[in-house]
Amino acid sequence: MQLVQNVPFFSIMLSMVSAIVTPVLPRRAAKWLSVGVVAAVVCLHIWFVPFMISYGGSYNYMMGHFPAPWGNELRAGLLEAAIALALSVVMLLSQLAGLNKLQRQIDPPKQGFFYVMCNLVMAGMLALVYTNDLFTAYVFIEILALSSCALMVARQLGHTMVASMRYMILSLLGSGLVLIAIALTYNLTGHLLMENIHDVIAVYAANGEYALPITVIIGLFIAGIAIKCGVFPFHMWLPDAYAYSTSAASAVLSSVVSKAYFFLLVKIFYRVIGIDVIMSDMALNLMLVLGISSMIIGSLGAIRCLDIRRMVAYSSVSQMGYLFAWVGLGSEVGVAAAMFHMVVHAMCKSMLFLSVSPLCDASGDSKRFIDLRGAGYRYVVPGITFTLGALSMVGIPILGGFFSKIFFAEAAISGTGWVQVALLAALALSTLLNAFYFMHTVMGLYRKPRQGYEPQPFIKSALAAAALVVFGVVNLAIGFFAKDIISFITAGLQTFA
Amino acid sequence: MNGLLDSLWRHFDVTVAILLFGIGFTTLLLHTNLIKKIIGLNIMETATFLFLTSQGYIANRAAPILMEGTRAVSGYVNPIPSGLVLTGIVVSVSVTAVMLALTIRLYRRYHTLDIDSMTLMMKGEDE
Amino acid sequence: MKKKIADSLRKRFYWELSPLDEDMIASLSEKPHELTRSSNEALEVLEDVREVRVQRAQEQEQEMYRQIHRWSHASGVKIIRSMYRVLAAVTCLGIVFFLLWTVNTLPPFGEPENPYNNEVFARYVEWGPDETGAVNMVTGMILDYRAFDTFGEASVLFVAACSVLFLLKLHDHKDGKPTKTWLEAEYDDRFHEPKNDQILQFAAKLMVPVVLLFGFYVILNGHITPGGGFSGGAIMGAGLILYLNAYGFKKTERFFTYRTFQWITFGSLLTYAGLKSYSFYTGANHLESFVSPGTPGNILSAGFILPLNLCVGLVVMCTMYVFYTLIRKGGV
Repeated sequence: MQLVQNVPFFSIMLSMVSAIVTPVLPRRAAKWLSVGVVAAVVCLHIWFVPFMISYGGSYNYMMGHFPAPWGNELRAGLLEAAIALALSVVMLLSQLAGLNKLQRQIDPPKQGFFYVMCNLVMAGMLALVYTNDLFTAYVFIEILALSSCALMVARQLGHTMVASMRYMILSLLGSGLVLIAIALTYNLTGHLLMENIHDVIAVYAANGEYALPITVIIGLFIAGIAIKCGVFPFHMWLPDAYAYSTSAASAVLSSVVSKAYFFLLVKIFYRVIGIDVIMSDMALNLMLVLGISSMIIGSLGAIRCLDIRRMVAYSSVSQMGYLFAWVGLGSEVGVAAAMFHMVVHAMCKSMLFLSVSPLCDASGDSKRFIDLRGAGYRYVVPGITFTLGALSMVGIPILGGFFSKIFFAEAAISGTGWVQVALLAALALSTLLNAFYFMHTVMGLYRKPRQGYEPQPFIKSALAAAALVVFGVVNLAIGFFAKDIISFITAGLQTFA
Repeated sequence: MNGLLDSLWRHFDVTVAILLFGIGFTTLLLHTNLIKKIIGLNIMETATFLFLTSQGYIANRAAPILMEGTRAVSGYVNPIPSGLVLTGIVVSVSVTAVMLALTIRLYRRYHTLDIDSMTLMMKGEDE
Repeated sequence: MKKKIADSLRKRFYWELSPLDEDMIASLSEKPHELTRSSNEALEVLEDVREVRVQRAQEQEQEMYRQIHRWSHASGVKIIRSMYRVLAAVTCLGIVFFLLWTVNTLPPFGEPENPYNNEVFARYVEWGPDETGAVNMVTGMILDYRAFDTFGEASVLFVAACSVLFLLKLHDHKDGKPTKTWLEAEYDDRFHEPKNDQILQFAAKLMVPVVLLFGFYVILNGHITPGGGFSGGAIMGAGLILYLNAYGFKKTERFFTYRTFQWITFGSLLTYAGLKSYSFYTGANHLESFVSPGTPGNILSAGFILPLNLCVGLVVMCTMYVFYTLIRKGGV
């Protein structure tokens, strides 16, 4: 075993140790330690991904001296490494871009705790991406839930506290359902490591025994994780939480946390239950219904908003709906398209949240559309990145969002019957609605300010602007290399099971 | 129907666990008082632990503390579910503590424990 | 005609007619040329009238909202509350029936041939004491075979402690003087909690040493008897809370302050992470690790399990105590 194969273990342990060390450090040291650790994880993964490409398959990493059914394991493959790299890059750029703003918005004695929570979100995300064990996944789901609650409530306003309470309630409902699903799985199979469970369930499915419990387990996993991601019936906490927390926290929550849960769900489908059993199962229709309703209702909610951050938050609901609907389609092409859109959305949504914050600063600290007119001229860089992000979400060619819509359409055509029609109709309708509110906002940024508006001086941050420029470049790169990325993802999915 | 009731009576622990889970889940979801929601959360999680622990039980066997003589598998109860429940209990305690702390802050700010009233009051605030 | 207008106004707006409205009504039935006074005066009067009308309209709108609010609190909310109750009953029964139906088809309860009594269970019992050195198989499992889960669990405790600190800790000093919120919290605490209660202090004097000693015993013997870091830590935390309740914050702060908590948590979790990282690294890379299981049944055996139990026990003790003091007073 080469040294580079230890990278998953190093990254998880590094994030957790840095979270443990941060509370005893003074504030400045804590800030640079936190950013440094995220940068270190990004560098480790830049070393790791080329190795995985040359390695070609996936390998198991024993956590301890005992192999699979008796001890814990991590499993590293092409897809996991790539997703971990993408999400760590998002995390690094979000922290850098939001650093100055959070220092102004959060109470100084409590800033140390904010960095602890950021590190723990990163550790949780890495653990969910690499784990090969269901119970470890549950424990790290709880770590993510608690640390995202703390990130939300960092800026202690009434809005964030109520939103955080509603988030905790729904999140714990989701965790409860996932725990019952794990208990039922253990009862049926007697294993907690994903590959062993797969073998036993394959035997059951071949014999036709225990068909009802398997369907119930799949349904409980879907319901639990859908509640935690914030798709349609369970999205009430999302707008307030994302709109009123500090921008770094919104970017991390919307891009890293929900993607980690979604990746865990896809991993459970492939590795615990087995993709053949899943595709012939009724419970996937639940995902389809949740996804389609989320797509439409998220966009409708965004149109009604009067302030820009809530609009971007509702757009998040809509995009999570895309991911769920296309996995619910039940074909490999659909899952690959959903994975690609997951990466595109992670990069794009955090860029949107981080651009909105400087634009609001440039408009006298107000979030309403009417005050944001002309903000694109007052502060050039965030205006450009917001436009880039908005065009990507709508699906303008060359950008990442366009390719994800093409892949979605291709996947939908390969479906059958009413599923195909429903997905294509929902895709078209949702794109139209997206165009409506995003284009309206972008045009508003470049209009003349309203009458009687005097531009006030505002604080510019070079670090934030630089991070936003890098973000913009990464988004353009995803658009240019889309074909390579999707073939990479498809290859990764082959060895994912 | 008779067979169903009979089998539910034989799996007594599991039936009670599921009843408690349903009660806890509904309390957490639909009560409006925050303290009752937290109590519902605890009931739901305790029910899940009961469900998990009862899977380790095998009739007429001892607890998994290995004594001098017997090393055979047929003398002991399955230790795995107990270990999982240990982890689960600690997670449950931590989550309850955080929710209680949030409840205290919310009460100090809005002087009510009713989540719907709090939401209405919050919507009236501006930032 | 005048009366009809007056009645309709009264019915719509529920208030008495003001002299201005009576003036308006009077002017409606007067001939036009009598309205014209000098143009300036007329303009002034019109301005005044318009202002009063606008104010009147605003007050009326607010009254309307107040009535809606009163209605929604009276009957609208009742509808929603009863809808919640119906929905709650339906959800609860639905979930319970659905899961009961599922559970009915699972393997039977308590049988030795169930799927989960398989090779994992067999190896833990047959080879457990030799491989891990622990006689208590549950401890051996959580601190050796599946130690990563326990590390995650200790981190959950740490996250919760940090979150509660974040939410509830009050700043005690600002520029060298105690802050107002801190003084208020102290005053509230002294007012509501018992002070120098004889019975409590006598009981604490007898019980606290025993409780702390027993908790420490449970932690140390986690690998031989039932117990371990979590239960022992909870017992010791309870002992500390009893001491605090009997003797108050001043005496407890002589040996347990916020810095103590910080350094104990930091030290224990870092030790746990360090020991376990060594174990994971050597295991994954198939290297030899220097820890040996020792003789099962001795107190100094079981490789790393004894130090790990100690770390976990200390963390749990500090966390339980800190939860209590933060919720009670907002400060450690």
